[in-house]
Amino acid sequence: MSEAHEILEVSRLSVDYVLDRGDVRAVDDVSFTLDRGEFLGIVGESGCGKSTLLFAVAQLLSPPARIAAGSVTFEGTNLVGLTDRQLSAVRWRDMSVVMQSAMNALNPVKSIGAQFKDAMKAHGKPTGEEIAARSAEVLRMVGIDPVHLKSYPHQLSGGMRQRSMIAMAMLFTPDLIIMDEPTSALDVVAQRSLMVQIKELQLAYGFAVIFVTHDMSLISHFSDRLMVMYAGQVDEFGTTRTVFDRPLHPYTQGLLEAFPSIRGPKVPLKGIPGNPPDMARLPAGCRFQPRCPHAVDKCTQVAPELVPIDEALVRCLRRQDGTLPAPAGQEGSLSR
Amino acid sequence: MTTTELLRADHLTRHFKIGGALSRRTLHAVDDVSFSIGEREIVALAGESGSGKSTIARVLARIYSPTSGEIYFEGKPVSQIRSRHDRLRYSGLVPMVFQDPFGSINPVFRVQHGVLRSLKLHRPELSAQQRADEVARVFEAVGLGADMLQRFPFELSGGQRQRVGFAQALAMRPKLILADEPVSMLDVSIRIGLLNLMAELRDTMGVSILYITHDIASARYVADRLIVMYAGQIAESGPIDEVLANPRHPYTQLLLSAVPDPRAPLSVAAGTDRGEPPKVIDPTPGCRFRWRCPLAIDTCAQVTPVLKELRPDHEAACHVAQATADQVKAFT
Repeated sequence: MSEAHEILEVSRLSVDYVLDRGDVRAVDDVSFTLDRGEFLGIVGESGCGKSTLLFAVAQLLSPPARIAAGSVTFEGTNLVGLTDRQLSAVRWRDMSVVMQSAMNALNPVKSIGAQFKDAMKAHGKPTGEEIAARSAEVLRMVGIDPVHLKSYPHQLSGGMRQRSMIAMAMLFTPDLIIMDEPTSALDVVAQRSLMVQIKELQLAYGFAVIFVTHDMSLISHFSDRLMVMYAGQVDEFGTTRTVFDRPLHPYTQGLLEAFPSIRGPKVPLKGIPGNPPDMARLPAGCRFQPRCPHAVDKCTQVAPELVPIDEALVRCLRRQDGTLPAPAGQEGSLSR
Repeated sequence: MTTTELLRADHLTRHFKIGGALSRRTLHAVDDVSFSIGEREIVALAGESGSGKSTIARVLARIYSPTSGEIYFEGKPVSQIRSRHDRLRYSGLVPMVFQDPFGSINPVFRVQHGVLRSLKLHRPELSAQQRADEVARVFEAVGLGADMLQRFPFELSGGQRQRVGFAQALAMRPKLILADEPVSMLDVSIRIGLLNLMAELRDTMGVSILYITHDIASARYVADRLIVMYAGQIAESGPIDEVLANPRHPYTQLLLSAVPDPRAPLSVAAGTDRGEPPKVIDPTPGCRFRWRCPLAIDTCAQVTPVLKELRPDHEAACHVAQATADQVKAFT
């Protein structure tokens, strides 16, 4: 990973929600770098700050959220504090975003083609022919017939809507596409086909991807590195294979144990007991400690730091002092 | 695994008229579907969105009446239910749990309110004190503490709300719970708790559950039998382990290969499928899966395949699978 290939550096980024009852820190001191053409997965439960982190990277936060500290350096420019006009040169041309629900993100009263045209006009001065040619080209890239440029969002299926969102994100061949659970509204077959397609496009056009999801199993075959977030912090960060094969943090282990397999013997699963903490009333010490099966007294007193262990970064006191049992893979299901 | 039959759907069909007043187009949401659910049994109904699984649940719950066909509950035809007493009795024995835990509980009342209301309606013989005891009992049965009774829905997490949904169903002493994608909107870490709850209700209370889902892995985890729907018809059905070990219908095979499994190598078969489930409007004869099917032969475009037993208790509606079961096995 040489410096020259790095396109994004997020450094000690914190995001606060400014509320009447006091500030709530939704993203707490998150740092990572992204190389050209890299696929980074971010997983965590709802409310863990993963979407807020994405919005902060894309500079899309609106009040009451604000970046409290840290920097987002994209291709050499710190985006934090830039005006909308300055950001406009970067947005969509070099960095684009695919939102969770295409049904809500697409304008229902405009055809797909008209929305592509808006996006192109907002970020450049293309001619009519250029718009038409490029719009048809990106739709073909995602496997949709260009006749659908005349279609309205309601005339497309869920999978086609998400694919046309991705086509729109590729209008300017950006270096980075940020995706916020783009497949969560789809069923399994459409979901798998979209994932394979995203990966194919990424390999063909070389853009980097930050992919946020709550379903860890979904990205196991697609992401290069994986970041596990819990309560606004990074709990574990490493290459995807390492995290899956040797999950070091108890939370990651819990996530991996939480979904049943369709193969192998059926084993009763437990999931993770309890709920994620209220970000305004965080537990003392380790934030995962109330739900952690391995927690000891020390965990309720000392807040763990993110430290390198083996090939990953891990935030766990007991892993750091070596008192946790070695990680193991597991399979599961249950029956009478 | 033969159990006493609790409910049987016999050639169940539900069509919807679509378009304007003069339109004669009909959407065949559910077409000639027959299956049965035994006592103490979890039956998973799997399929893509639009395959008719939710319509089946709604027909069984008598939210929709069937266009044709009949439902037999405990041997008696449901269409014969006339009196208010019998209607209430049936909807108490066959309650529904909905997909969206955020939309299915009234936000302005405490969570026990809905349970109390259904108790008042379905079990009027209970005194106020007995009702309160009963609410506490069902809340405990679904793993919610007594302190939850007085909470408002916004104070609960998605998983807790979905447990309230099950508590509401349990209060009516049901025989069969129709659970329409009860975990699909929950976080992965919370889902397993709900699935365990469903298995527990079956094992300790003897409740049957129709578990509607598009997640085959979770179906395998809790269910005893699997029914795979495609475009309003049953593609394959049988004991879940048997069907998943020997899927005979190409659609079941496609569904299986699409399940994300970090422990297995990437399956490209599902990734290359760009097909969409058809909207079944005024269908002509023929298999509805043939446009996406890697095995389709000429017969598939002319004759609608019917369910046939290929192995004991394991049925599939596929010409190719029925004719040459061995070739299909080679394809998997």
